[in-house]
Amino acid sequence: MTGATASFGRRADVGGALASLGGIIRSILAFVVVVLLIAIVWEAAKWLGGGIWREAFGIVLDPPHMPPLRITQLNDTNLPHVWEVVGALFEPATRRSEFSLFAVLLDAALFTWRGAAIGFALGAAIGLGLAILFVHSRLLERALVPYVIASQTIPIIALAPMVVLWVGRDWPSVAIISAYLTFFPVTIAGIRGLKSPDPRALELMRSYAADWKSVLWKVRLPAALPYLFTALKISATASIVGAIVAEAPTGIAGGLGRAIIQFNQQFTSGPEKLWATAFICAALGIAFFGLVRLAEMIVLRNRQREVEA
Amino acid sequence: MSGTNSVVAIRDLGKTFGNEGSQTVALSGINLTIQPGEFVSLIGPSGCGKSTLLRIIGDLTGPTTGTVEVNGKPAARARTDRDYGMVFQAPVLFDWRTIEANVALPLEIIDMPRARRVQRIAEMLSLVELSDFARHHPWQLSGGMQQRAAIARALAFEPRLLLMDEPFGALDEMTRERMNTELLRIWEQTGTTIVFVTHSIPEAVFLSSRVVVMSARPGRITKVIEVGLPRPRSDETRELEPYFELITEVRESLKAGGHGSDAGTIADEPLEALQ
Repeated sequence: MTGATASFGRRADVGGALASLGGIIRSILAFVVVVLLIAIVWEAAKWLGGGIWREAFGIVLDPPHMPPLRITQLNDTNLPHVWEVVGALFEPATRRSEFSLFAVLLDAALFTWRGAAIGFALGAAIGLGLAILFVHSRLLERALVPYVIASQTIPIIALAPMVVLWVGRDWPSVAIISAYLTFFPVTIAGIRGLKSPDPRALELMRSYAADWKSVLWKVRLPAALPYLFTALKISATASIVGAIVAEAPTGIAGGLGRAIIQFNQQFTSGPEKLWATAFICAALGIAFFGLVRLAEMIVLRNRQREVEA
Repeated sequence: MSGTNSVVAIRDLGKTFGNEGSQTVALSGINLTIQPGEFVSLIGPSGCGKSTLLRIIGDLTGPTTGTVEVNGKPAARARTDRDYGMVFQAPVLFDWRTIEANVALPLEIIDMPRARRVQRIAEMLSLVELSDFARHHPWQLSGGMQQRAAIARALAFEPRLLLMDEPFGALDEMTRERMNTELLRIWEQTGTTIVFVTHSIPEAVFLSSRVVVMSARPGRITKVIEVGLPRPRSDETRELEPYFELITEVRESLKAGGHGSDAGTIADEPLEALQ
């Protein structure tokens, strides 16, 4: 009988893995459906209130479709057709460029991601370090947490030029600014998570005469992991936004921030390039989020029903 | 009065909670000596301080007055020497560890070599009959099995004293009776001294060599009843005439102590924040 129950447990593990795989596939499908829905609403709006449709998906419309309404926000400059935005990705980035816009943006995305990922790692480490410090010292927590909160009220736009001035016009500046945006959620969630163990679990450790390092390593940190992952998912997207915002006003070349500035200036002649850049920025944020989510699923695979966030 | 080889020696112990403004006397004038190999139950109404007394023996909180010696040492010293194991009402197993890893936790903390650790875990799991569930996670097990794992963990480093705070309080009656029988088997196999806090009169009588009856506000010992029921005890013990007589005796003592009912009493002793 016990044997049967034991194998039941193993089957439950396999079932759990399959269920989480199914979960991933379902999320991806849901994401694709939503993207398609947005594209449909987008084009429907243009059909009703955009510019004259001379073609759709490369097929010439004869006679052209005349939308019944004329809405400025929906004309072909302000809101290009979806296929024009997608098409722009596969055309040369500039008239004389030998690379497609997609290749150029992918390159920029990787540059930005390097700064963001290093900043993310740095910020997560600092954030967790502060949380550990605060959980062990009530005095430091009271003294420093207000400053940690105040730090987040300084606009990045004000901070970025100063950092670039000190550190230089390259990716280390981007990383520092990303870290600045990343550490905060990790600190706040970390304090909460490190304090989350059952008081009796801490008494149990006390009864073993465990030192604070054992308590931290064997009880507090494992208990804090679900909280930390929630914060890291927020931080992952924040680090990308932080990196782009750091690059844009300071003229750091090579990243998506610079690409946004450049295509902003060319908006009237080629609005689809800026739109395409915006989509690549979003895709980068989503990809980084997905990476952290994947790590979460692997690390927390043996936990019972964790709160999804 | 207390032999030098007693496992627990409590003298004139008192415990007061609260600050100068509002004080609650939780325990007062407690004297108790427990000899090696004894199974002593503390029974009493909610708020009588029986859990507090257990926590003071385990140095999870300190007494206000009086002294506690465990194995001839102050309680704090006994704790740092890892002289006792602790089992709470909730199993307090760690979700992220398998059952064997949960049992391994105290052994990791005392830095037991890996090979010896593996052997010890196997022994402990076989003692509580959970060998087939070593690789399971706590949430895959029933409440009774989780509590057995908690007992295995508490016994892992062979403590001379096992402190149990209503360990079967959350289990249904059937499971509780089975766990009682198992606990006696484990106690007889290991020879560990056990101090056991409970609300249940039949449980106290069935398990103990002595039942310590307490009354509430202030918590004090009103009577100590010797339980001379033959061992090993089994389900048949529960049908013996002396068993019922002892149950009646404990019940009468609880009534004589006042506050016989749990109704309307405040929640149990406050947990002192450890953070």
